Amino acid sequence: MPNLRDIRRRIRSVKSTQQITKAMKMVAAAKLRRSQENMIAARPYATKMLDVLNSLAARADQELHPLLRVREEKVVRVLVVTADRGLCAAFNTNILRRASHFVAEREGLGQAVSLELAGRKCLDYFKRRPTPVEDTWTGLFNHLHYEDADRIAGTLMRAYTEERCDAIYLIYNRFKSMISQEVVVEPLLPISRLEPAGESAGPDYLYEPTQQELFNTLLPRHVTFQVFRALLESAAAENAARMTAMESATNNAGDMIDRLTLYANRVRQAAITKEIIEVVSGAQALG
Amino acid sequence: MSIFELPKAIQLVIVTPERNLVSQEVDEVTLPGVEGYLGILPGHTPLLTSLKIGEIRYRQGKSVNYLFVSWGFVEVLPDRVTVLADVAETPEDIDVVAAKKARDEAEKKLKTPDSEFLVAQVALEQALARMQVAAKAAPLPK
Repeated sequence: MPNLRDIRRRIRSVKSTQQITKAMKMVAAAKLRRSQENMIAARPYATKMLDVLNSLAARADQELHPLLRVREEKVVRVLVVTADRGLCAAFNTNILRRASHFVAEREGLGQAVSLELAGRKCLDYFKRRPTPVEDTWTGLFNHLHYEDADRIAGTLMRAYTEERCDAIYLIYNRFKSMISQEVVVEPLLPISRLEPAGESAGPDYLYEPTQQELFNTLLPRHVTFQVFRALLESAAAENAARMTAMESATNNAGDMIDRLTLYANRVRQAAITKEIIEVVSGAQALG
Repeated sequence: MSIFELPKAIQLVIVTPERNLVSQEVDEVTLPGVEGYLGILPGHTPLLTSLKIGEIRYRQGKSVNYLFVSWGFVEVLPDRVTVLADVAETPEDIDVVAAKKARDEAEKKLKTPDSEFLVAQVALEQALARMQVAAKAAPLPK
């Protein structure tokens, strides 16, 4: 027969855990709102950028730029984006599983794979594994800056133009909705061919400097923005995942408290009944 | 658009990847284009240019505002100007103390021959432009 005091202690402990998970859920919800706002804030920039790039693509020579040049994929680099922290259900595990799978698949084809890691969780995972790691970036997600994306993208583009790798992929969680995230693998470099807008699209601009130069300065920005968007998506997805995970943890704790309380009451009742029987039988023995 | 029906104002939109800074009607905009500052009035011919480090000045009636920008590009249409900047800051955002520090450091680096010259130069330009914008927007001393 378990001790009543032990059960009560257990209930108290579960209650304090529940308080923590509840608080974490609220924090995640607040952060989620912020990261969604960031995603929305980035949208006008993205749309305009693509418009301009496409209209330039029609007028500039796409073969000239090194970021567009396609090479045979012998050396592949992957940017893996996870969270810095855990407690967000399968968020990190899904990414890591997909990334390991990707690495194995590419190595199976005889390609050399190296990694760029964003987020402490993938760093912890891959530092104990044989795949070479080029660069690591941590502490990005608390406050996501465009400069961070700029630094990462700059490193990637340098590696590509200096022909240290032939293709670069992104693996990250896409934010689908509050309750679901999706792991995606996207090619980052070489930049997939842009769809030149038709002649009718947009007015005929004056260009300063020339169209080609303008096109060339916009391409790296396009790449940087892709990285930035992936980071934003991942941040939002992380917070959404953590929110749902903490929500169900809070609910589970509630259920557990209910069950334990019921049990505690039963044990108390049994103890009282036992005492009464003892008193009554004692009295009978005397009488 | 015919020359006889020039638009009366410009719809100015300034966005960065992080936020939407300005979205309003203005009478005049001045921008730091790669080939020099451009003044834009309503009815400007369509133009696409990239921006360098500098200040954006926009006027509506008598109120004049300044912004710091660092790289980006701009699309000009007769009745609309869209600025996509990598970094853009309002005078309130600018940390003058930090900018001064950045300027001093950059100047020091420029004097040592083996340091990264271009990086320091960009840092210096940014610091100077930031200070300039902050100074212009500050209320006149009493």
